[in-house]
Amino acid sequence: MSALSVLAPGLHSTIQDRGRYGYQAFGVPVSGALDGESHEIANRLSGNAADAACLEIFYQGPTMEVEATSVRISVAGSGAEIELLGQQSRRLGGWRSVTLARGSRFRVRGPAAACAYLAVDGGFPVAPVLGSASTFVRGGFGGWRGRALQAGDRLPLNRDSAEDRQELALPTPPDTNDERAIRVVLGPQQDYFTGAAIETLLSAKFRVSQQADRMGLRLDGATLAHRGDYNIVSDGIATGAIQVPGSGQPILLLADHQTTGGYPKIATVISADLPLVGRRRPGDRIRFAAVDVAEAENLRRVQRAALDALIATAVPAHPMIGLDLDRLHQANLISGVVFDH
Amino acid sequence: MSVRVLSSGDTALVVEFGDRIDRALSERVLALRARVDQADIAGVIETVPTFRSLMVHYDPLRVGAAGLKAVIETLLEGAVSPNQKRRLWRVPVCYEGELAPDLDEVGERTGLGTSEVAALHASARYHVYMVGFLPGYPYMGDLPRPLHLPRRADPRVRVPPGSVAIATGMTAIYPVESPAGWHLIGTTPIRIFDPGVQPPALFAPGDAVEFEAIGRAAFDRLRAAAENGEHRLAPSDIAE
Repeated sequence: MSALSVLAPGLHSTIQDRGRYGYQAFGVPVSGALDGESHEIANRLSGNAADAACLEIFYQGPTMEVEATSVRISVAGSGAEIELLGQQSRRLGGWRSVTLARGSRFRVRGPAAACAYLAVDGGFPVAPVLGSASTFVRGGFGGWRGRALQAGDRLPLNRDSAEDRQELALPTPPDTNDERAIRVVLGPQQDYFTGAAIETLLSAKFRVSQQADRMGLRLDGATLAHRGDYNIVSDGIATGAIQVPGSGQPILLLADHQTTGGYPKIATVISADLPLVGRRRPGDRIRFAAVDVAEAENLRRVQRAALDALIATAVPAHPMIGLDLDRLHQANLISGVVFDH
Repeated sequence: MSVRVLSSGDTALVVEFGDRIDRALSERVLALRARVDQADIAGVIETVPTFRSLMVHYDPLRVGAAGLKAVIETLLEGAVSPNQKRRLWRVPVCYEGELAPDLDEVGERTGLGTSEVAALHASARYHVYMVGFLPGYPYMGDLPRPLHLPRRADPRVRVPPGSVAIATGMTAIYPVESPAGWHLIGTTPIRIFDPGVQPPALFAPGDAVEFEAIGRAAFDRLRAAAENGEHRLAPSDIAE
């Protein structure tokens, strides 16, 4: 079967789609892409449906070899780019697609953010588990064998050769490295905290600690004081909830968070800003601003429209910028669509 | 405490019935869950019952908090069907030897003695309040009062799947290998979580559970059968 052969797996590369819904009442976390915006962009640049399963690259990308006649790949995520290895070693940039022939070796450099996405035209043929291709590593199911990639894996492809169509690139990638305030809706348990704690949450600068993974980000900086008890009787958890255990050190919960928990949640990141927090990595600063639910809903519509508009700006890309095209044609690497510069 | 409908960001509402673990509260949570699920409200993704609240996850691009809250408030007053059917599971447990590493200690700390702990645990009918913490992990209560103990002072890093545990008035079964802070008083041979079957968890919130003591030989036989996919527990329906 056609495949991408994994020469080096990267730090924690997992197959993710938009998540596994409908099983939280059985204690099954949602999982799914940490940065839904970059996930969707990677898919669209490869010609896939917006919600197709991609490879999520976490901190450090994999090195792979093409074991198919040809494959179109795309990479999206702050600071992530495709680097061809071997004789024609070349950096091809990110936020674009490119078609590679059998035997090509490449790696994903970066990312500068916590995560980036590698999509392949036609998608990865992983069987859905409970309706989703997302990998839930702690549970050992979903995605590619329920785990992160390992060296020696052959990640199967749906197609043996890339469809004959233009490569795409985003001329202006999204601003993924900004330090604007993350918007939150206070609650659902803000009444478990002192007024000073809420003021601190909305004025202090926090820093993402080393304890950061797909479950959540533990934040360093100011501590948030509870009014009284810091244990609550277990309650549901929404992605983006900021729970505060007895230490007063907040934990911002991400895609793999548990479905229920017993610490009060002082606030919840709005859905429009979840991609921003999914990109944060240890050492990054983070600060919060409060909005009400109606404003959060409005901001989500704005974000959705902005993402659609951004994806619509994708332009045909030179198949392989800076490469020896004659030689590539001879090698039958590209499908014949060449653009003038 | 009156019912409160709280927002968790713009993707979930929490309908909070109280702040305690209480069977009557749980029944109200589960009744609302049944009504919300039945109402099939556009934009609602799923509902998650806990001891004292119902979380309703929704897609904010399809339904707004204000509209959803109004619909949920109309469902709060609906009647609970008096003849609601429940599923009753009879779960085999071996309360012996290495399959019950904390049984002696629990017997000492409660003053009941080893065999009485097992007998008492197997004598009650439990209610599945919620499933959480781990995929398929059922929080079941209420434990007979003499068995109430706080969590272990030194949590274990790893316990095997099927471990039957007690703490803080509850009993549970570890569905997968996991860290554990509860007292392990037995092991069930059956598999209670399997992502490859539908639904993936054996127990659902609102189910009834009883434990049945089995010997080591029966345990080994049932575990082998479960591992071969030959033995699957089936519930019976009870009216409550």
